[in-house]
Amino acid sequence: MSATSRTDSVTPERGAPAGVPSLDVDPFSNEFFEDPHAIHDTLREAGPLVWLDKWGVYGVARYAEVHAVLNDPLTFCSSRGVGLSDFAKEKPWRPQSIILEADPPAHTRTRTVLAQVLSPTAMKGVREHFTAMAAAKVDELLARGSFDAVADLAEAYPLSVFPDAMGLKQEGRENLLPYASLVFNSFGPPNQLRQEAIERSAPHQAYVAAQCQRENLAPGGFGACVHARADAGDITPEEAPLLVRSLLSAGLDTTVNGIGAAVYCLARFPDQLARLRSDPTLARNAFEEAIRYESPVQTFFRTTTREVELAGHRIGEGEKVLMFLGAANRDPRRWENPDSYDVTRRTSGHVGFGSGIHMCVGQLLARVEGEVMLAAIARKVASIQITGPVKRRYNNTLRGLESLPITISPA
Amino acid sequence: MPSITFIHSDGRRQPIEASEGESAMQAATRQDINGILAECGGNAMCATCHVYVDEAWLARLPAMSDDEDALLDGAAADRLPNSRLSCQIKFAADLDGLVLNLPDRQL
Ligand code: HEM
Ligand code: FES
Repeated sequence: MSATSRTDSVTPERGAPAGVPSLDVDPFSNEFFEDPHAIHDTLREAGPLVWLDKWGVYGVARYAEVHAVLNDPLTFCSSRGVGLSDFAKEKPWRPQSIILEADPPAHTRTRTVLAQVLSPTAMKGVREHFTAMAAAKVDELLARGSFDAVADLAEAYPLSVFPDAMGLKQEGRENLLPYASLVFNSFGPPNQLRQEAIERSAPHQAYVAAQCQRENLAPGGFGACVHARADAGDITPEEAPLLVRSLLSAGLDTTVNGIGAAVYCLARFPDQLARLRSDPTLARNAFEEAIRYESPVQTFFRTTTREVELAGHRIGEGEKVLMFLGAANRDPRRWENPDSYDVTRRTSGHVGFGSGIHMCVGQLLARVEGEVMLAAIARKVASIQITGPVKRRYNNTLRGLESLPITISPA
Repeated sequence: MPSITFIHSDGRRQPIEASEGESAMQAATRQDINGILAECGGNAMCATCHVYVDEAWLARLPAMSDDEDALLDGAAADRLPNSRLSCQIKFAADLDGLVLNLPDRQL
């Protein structure tokens, strides 16, 4: 449990509402990032709705309530920001997203465009190349034997396919991961992680703003496809760069942490690696289960647009509600043996990609990357040994590792 | 209890119970119909809950949305005139006995 004193926190306007259990935990602290599971359990067991005293917000950590909040976007809106900052009271640190931080009907139009750019049909166009690149990456890593699974695999593989699929130039790509890390830190409270990220953001923001422009996006890539939708009149020419920005913000670091989660699972649970090797068609589900098990995107906020009853409590208008996706994905009320990684589990319904109208629009692309990488591992790798200290990476929203030294042997 | 019968691509018939208000996909995943993957959990985003509706029932289902229509073009198995996404078929008493054929693959 958090031992943080109240002095460094934002002074809540008032204490816990009557009847709502108040908890003194900081879900944006290093202590939490190191081991969220015990605290998730405390949050779930405290009640269906909790009050987080440190930041003066409500929280939901059980599957049913997280799912309910995600699926009532008119009451629990996104247009006031999906981080702690309330855009009705505070200027966003960058121009607001026109998809993630939008509500219907505005959201419906932009969402339709990205859903078509990243449709099942579009995935058929990238799959073959992504598969070949995954096989080549695993061959290269087998030749090396020992390496860092974060930098050399979880980061290197998406970096070898996603920027090209977007149609980005070669120069400046080193800005992509720092920019994404900034975006995901910015959803958190005004702690050191967020403040430092924003202070250092200028060069990364300048890079991304330039790459979102049409002339910097190669024909045929996802970026150019977004701009083509402006020609068709589905979005305005001013909206197109902002939608490209959404893909650059959310399309890389998420899959890095998703693939990292999957490799970390297979390294820790050799019986599951064996199961996967015996049936490589489980690769796609093994990736999906890693998303449930580790929940690379841990949290998002919503803001209430009216007074509403949730789990028997009345919540006023303009309140922030923090959804613990990672806790919902291990809620024993919803999942059998929630704390075991099982490549054969029926994962449908997990909220690692969210749920409802904002459910990840890039989920199909994430699954292609994850599946083809795990399929290559299933066919080519016999064993994965962790050979050094495993270090966690701290981010206000993303859960993943800084370093995972491993040695792999060929099948 | 009202029911839906799924017919697997090898011809095997598997009747399952369904409740009013849930989708055919939800009834299927609850009762372990392997031929339905439903990766997106029913949000009309993945096309892995594709079914071929029995001709006798086709006209009795509510019309499909534009989203469903667009998504079906990307389904793994061939799209046919009786293709639907089972997560978009809401079960109601008048659909008792519904027959849905499963494609040979969802990916
Ligand atoms: C394992 C990888 C990924 C995870 C875990 C993940 C997770 C999520 C989650 C939880 C949301 C819901 C946000 C909310 O409800 O407020 C979301 C939305 C979104 N994701 Fe992903 N994502 C992943 C990969 C991707 C990729 C590859 C892309 C783009 C190429 C992408 C683009 C987006 C966008 C644009 C949204 C906003 C959708 C909307 O508001 O309608 N994501 N993602
Ligand atoms: S479950 Fe994904 S489209 Fe039906």
